[in-house]
Amino acid sequence: MAAPAKSRKADVATAERYRQYLRQMLLIRRFEEKAGEAYSLGKIGGFCHLYIGQEAVAVGTIAQLRPGDYITCSYREHGHALARGISARTAMAELFGKAAGCSKGKGGSMHLFDASLGFLGGHGIVGGHIPLTAGMAFAIKYRGGDEVAVCYFGEAAANNGAFHEALNMAGLWKLPAIFICENNRYGMGTALDRASATYNISERGSAYDMTREIVDGQDLLEVMAAMERAVVRARRPSSPTLLEIRTYRFMGHSMSDPIHGHYRTKEEVEAHRKRDPIHLWSEKLMADGLMTAESYAAMDAEVVAEVQDAYDFADQAPDPEPSELYSDVYAPTGNGER
Amino acid sequence: MPLTTYRDALNQALREEMRRDPEVFLMGEEVGVYQGAYKVSRGLLEEFGPNRVVDTPITELGFTGVGVGAAMVGLRPIIEVMTWNFALLALDQIVNAAAKMRYMSGGQVGVPMVIRGPGGAALQLAGQHSQAFEAYYAHIPGLKVVAPATPYDAKGLLKSAIRDDDPVIFIEGEMLYNLKGEVPEEEYLVPIGQAEVKRAGDQVTLVCHSKTVAVALKAAEELVGLGVEAEVVDLRTIRPLDTATIFASVRKTHRCVVIEEGWPFAGVGAQTVDEIQRELFDELDAPVLRVTGADVPMPYNKYLERAAKADPPKVVAAVKKVMYLE
Repeated sequence: MAAPAKSRKADVATAERYRQYLRQMLLIRRFEEKAGEAYSLGKIGGFCHLYIGQEAVAVGTIAQLRPGDYITCSYREHGHALARGISARTAMAELFGKAAGCSKGKGGSMHLFDASLGFLGGHGIVGGHIPLTAGMAFAIKYRGGDEVAVCYFGEAAANNGAFHEALNMAGLWKLPAIFICENNRYGMGTALDRASATYNISERGSAYDMTREIVDGQDLLEVMAAMERAVVRARRPSSPTLLEIRTYRFMGHSMSDPIHGHYRTKEEVEAHRKRDPIHLWSEKLMADGLMTAESYAAMDAEVVAEVQDAYDFADQAPDPEPSELYSDVYAPTGNGER
Repeated sequence: MPLTTYRDALNQALREEMRRDPEVFLMGEEVGVYQGAYKVSRGLLEEFGPNRVVDTPITELGFTGVGVGAAMVGLRPIIEVMTWNFALLALDQIVNAAAKMRYMSGGQVGVPMVIRGPGGAALQLAGQHSQAFEAYYAHIPGLKVVAPATPYDAKGLLKSAIRDDDPVIFIEGEMLYNLKGEVPEEEYLVPIGQAEVKRAGDQVTLVCHSKTVAVALKAAEELVGLGVEAEVVDLRTIRPLDTATIFASVRKTHRCVVIEEGWPFAGVGAQTVDEIQRELFDELDAPVLRVTGADVPMPYNKYLERAAKADPPKVVAAVKKVMYLE
């Protein structure tokens, strides 16, 4: 018996959405691989923290947001920026420090911004941006809106005072905030059980009367479902959520850190790589008949080309004008310029 | 013109700006129900309600960060710190977030906020409650730093600070809250970045701000007895520093003493003296001297505390040196 036309149409739309999630994850993966390559060639300076292995977290959570919602991240934010819609070109140009970058070459890898997308920064101080997100959520509630403010941080930040102070106020004032702890097991080289008195970060939500969940961050659908629940709670009447999304970083902490090093074993990394979120999702799409090996290869080739284009664009883009050194310190309307 | 206290002048500024702009709100410890630790926010909760006059937990880093985040999306927070000593806990939010957001976002995200509260020593509050932090914040590009000395300036500058599109560090004087001065009934603003000559004179320039304005004026009175007419320049804003007004005065007097409550090392006076020597080297008839707080943590004992503070006798002594009167 044929399915009703309406649900067939919905199925087609869902299939297309599902393929788009895969494309976004692939874009992040290929972008980060290219960024690592460019870093090794000296085209990217400073610190560069790659997101490889965690792609399903950014893609699955940001898929549940609307325009007008706010996002802040730690310094491992390339993936979130791409998932929110910052183009590979302007993101890569920012990594290269170019004027065409999304922060005009003044922020770099750790400080990607696009205010028009509500993407309010990668932030470089562990935990420091968590109160900022509470402030954005405060502003939403102050204005009577139904947007949400979402904050991404690592599990190491959950030991930080800023985390506790912000979550207390968010719980106290019932702010429309979603705190997403991307628990990738290591704060730089310090394992969670060497840094935290308790193992379940999510339980810290209970101290602040906050709904909390533990989520498998390698499973896109599980991430999406948890985020959907959190967004519903946050929109109206507002209440905050702490999501502990368990994931794993396949690369070192930054480009100066080898993939394993002294703090974790090769075997451990290999074991986690078996649960690569992109493989898990593409296998599901193929098992559901939504994709073939050929269409996957075609999508990957398209993404590789997009990233190569971003690389070429960034490489050829001009550096900022020397006069940019002194602009944007103060508002042009202010009287700060001496 | 009616006589108004510094405290009530600040209260008027808050009230007027909150009436003028619904996106302005006040947040901090004890600002609402308690009516302000120093009663600066008296009556505001009653007029504006708890959505706009927000009591916080004792969590300076947290609520300052909430202010920065709210400002990043366009609200105009006024964050009250109970004293600037406690704001050290919020230094990461002020220095790493508020001061840098506009620049590192390539100009996309500004932070139009005011952080205000009393700074400097009161009486016998000892080491952790008696610090003048103007120089700390003035060191940071991206911040503006204001420290008014009179009720008139306090009101006019706070209104300007609230309307400013950048983060403004607004340092009040704990010992100034009861000071009375003329404050007009009609609306006015005092622009950020403009010093003011508080007393005209032509033989020596006394550069000062906040509480040390009264110290300088008192010293200037005593100097009249020595036949010396001192010009008192009140900086009012520390950053951006109004060097034009300082230079105009020193060009006239050729001698200068810079007074501040804070410590000497890398202080406001150090910056001021540097500006003067670079611009006016050939105009000077004597080295520029400084009067500062003693280079120690503030002691509790009242005689030791008195010895640690910048006071009129120290200013008179410095003036005598630059005038070669001894």
